[in-house]
Amino acid sequence: MNWQLLPQFAVSGLLSGGPIALMALGIVLIFKSSYIFNFAQGQLLLLGTLLTWWLAVERSFPLWMAIVVALAASAMLGLLIERLTLRPMTGQPLLSIILMTLALGQFLQGMALLLFGGTQRNFPQMFSAANPYKIVTPFIYNGRNIQIILKQNLVWSFVVAILGVVLIAAFFRFTRAGLAMRGASEDHELAQSIGLRINRIFGVSWAMAGVVATVGGVLLATSSGLDLNLSLLVLAAFPAVLLGGLESIPGVIVGGLLIGLSQGLVSASKIQFIRNSAEIMPYIVLMIVLLIRPEGLFGLKRIERI
Amino acid sequence: MTVLRPAGEFDESYAYDMAIIRRPWQWVALGLFVVAIYLLPAYASQSAISLINRIAISVIAVQGLNLLTGYTGQISLGQAAFMTVGGYVSALLMINLEWSLFVTLPLAALAAGVVGLIFGLPSLRVKGFYLTMSTLAAQFIIPWFTRNAFPDLLNGAQGLNVPVPVLFGVPINSPQRFLYLTITILIITTVVASNAARSRLGRAFVSIRDNDLAAELLGVNLYKYKLQAFFLASVYAGIAGALSAHYLRHINSESFNLGDSIILLGMLIVGGLGTNLGPFLGAALVELLIELATVAGSSLGSIAPSTAAGAVQALRPLFFGAALMLFLIFEPKGLAHRWQLIKAAWRLRPFSH
Repeated sequence: MNWQLLPQFAVSGLLSGGPIALMALGIVLIFKSSYIFNFAQGQLLLLGTLLTWWLAVERSFPLWMAIVVALAASAMLGLLIERLTLRPMTGQPLLSIILMTLALGQFLQGMALLLFGGTQRNFPQMFSAANPYKIVTPFIYNGRNIQIILKQNLVWSFVVAILGVVLIAAFFRFTRAGLAMRGASEDHELAQSIGLRINRIFGVSWAMAGVVATVGGVLLATSSGLDLNLSLLVLAAFPAVLLGGLESIPGVIVGGLLIGLSQGLVSASKIQFIRNSAEIMPYIVLMIVLLIRPEGLFGLKRIERI
Repeated sequence: MTVLRPAGEFDESYAYDMAIIRRPWQWVALGLFVVAIYLLPAYASQSAISLINRIAISVIAVQGLNLLTGYTGQISLGQAAFMTVGGYVSALLMINLEWSLFVTLPLAALAAGVVGLIFGLPSLRVKGFYLTMSTLAAQFIIPWFTRNAFPDLLNGAQGLNVPVPVLFGVPINSPQRFLYLTITILIITTVVASNAARSRLGRAFVSIRDNDLAAELLGVNLYKYKLQAFFLASVYAGIAGALSAHYLRHINSESFNLGDSIILLGMLIVGGLGTNLGPFLGAALVELLIELATVAGSSLGSIAPSTAAGAVQALRPLFFGAALMLFLIFEPKGLAHRWQLIKAAWRLRPFSH
């Protein structure tokens, strides 16, 4: 362990957990309302971000306007996906629904490649890259205080991501629509029998997931650039969802931050092999969660009857 | 769907009831069919041979997945990862110890089976979608391991150049010769898979799929059979992976990726879950579709040359995703079910039911 690097890597790991939490949130939104685990979330994110880039760079919209238009478009895309692909699958077995979102992911990935090509692109910078924030810690190494250097985009994407998660949590907690969605997640038939429109609720949750995906994608693109591999970053969010618990919105923050932190911690190692394991750290955490506490930290434990 | 038998044919013993081949002429037909497929490599064109090789290797992997997902109901997104294990083990044994394929292939299958068991362990506690996640973990951890562990042996991200297998003194160095090998192994795996499916093992698998709690109450040992299903599926994946590695003569961590795992599951759905015919129909259709995407992509590329490579890359997932979505919505039981309907309609002709 490089002890003098540990604070730096721990904090940047924790901060990179923000966007992971936001991606996990998109998955939880859909799962909470409709019991569908959306494996195509990464491709939703990719398409939303590519659209933002296209509007901002190719069509030279102001960045804020490009983002607003892309958010609206990805909400529409979410609605469209729910109507065309998932609604015919109502009542089908789990395998078919899982495969439907996987197929959707493949389809959207191919679509993105066909429409936008596979080249690496520079995403417009929102936060200045020149002046990183510096924090002096009380830890002393070689007679000097250890300094943590944080890139602005890392800090701000963390702030925006956590703000997004808190906003959605508040929406679920305090609004009527949020209450209806929580009700629908308890029991579809029961919710329908008291007059909630299940189809509309599913649609709204997909639209919200589309919006959340695009926000996450834009945040990720500002720090890591934009190419088709952006959709693969969501693969780190799946374990975060399970770690936090599938139904839990506070869980995604904790799950995302823990995943980010675990990646940061192994990156501080002196041994190359362990340093390289940062990329599969989410999945090692996932295996441990599945073996020890499959329902996650804040999830519901379900009891089954025949 | 009930089995339709011709009038006057009665099952007079259990053995006859269970038999796959029931009539003397079916033995003749089977014999002719086997002869025909062994003549295939000698007469088919080069492109057909390479396509059939690819299809046959996919069929083996999908047969394993069928035992796990189709019969036992455990969804796996890691079949391609276990193919990686099989491919690497066979290649390593042949490179470093110069063992023959007769030894390396079973050992590759066994190694893949053992690794499959490890990633099947969470199935003791979780099921359904959670288990999918554990197999997804296999799909990331195994290729990462081949990239980063034992760099002297596994050669990192570069991967290995796999030697040509030599059987009975004949080097299997052309797609044509390789086809004889894949066909032989495919026949063995098909017999094993279809017998496993109709024996005690297969019945236990199906009972777990239909309702695991009820199966447990009936005395089916869930853990034993779930792990057996994982083992068998990974053994099949190991065989397919080893064959593919020797066929392509190269293997690295990206040879069998998440996309391939998804494609294998897609083949199973398109063909038909829990049927013996399904893997053949599904693998053939999806491989043909991918071939079509390649042709369409390159002709699209000739119209707009700048997109040539991209178009092929884009059309494959596009075609596959679209086909799979259409199948899931309009033909969720797969092609094998459609084939059953056609057979029934033929037998009942001229009546509709």
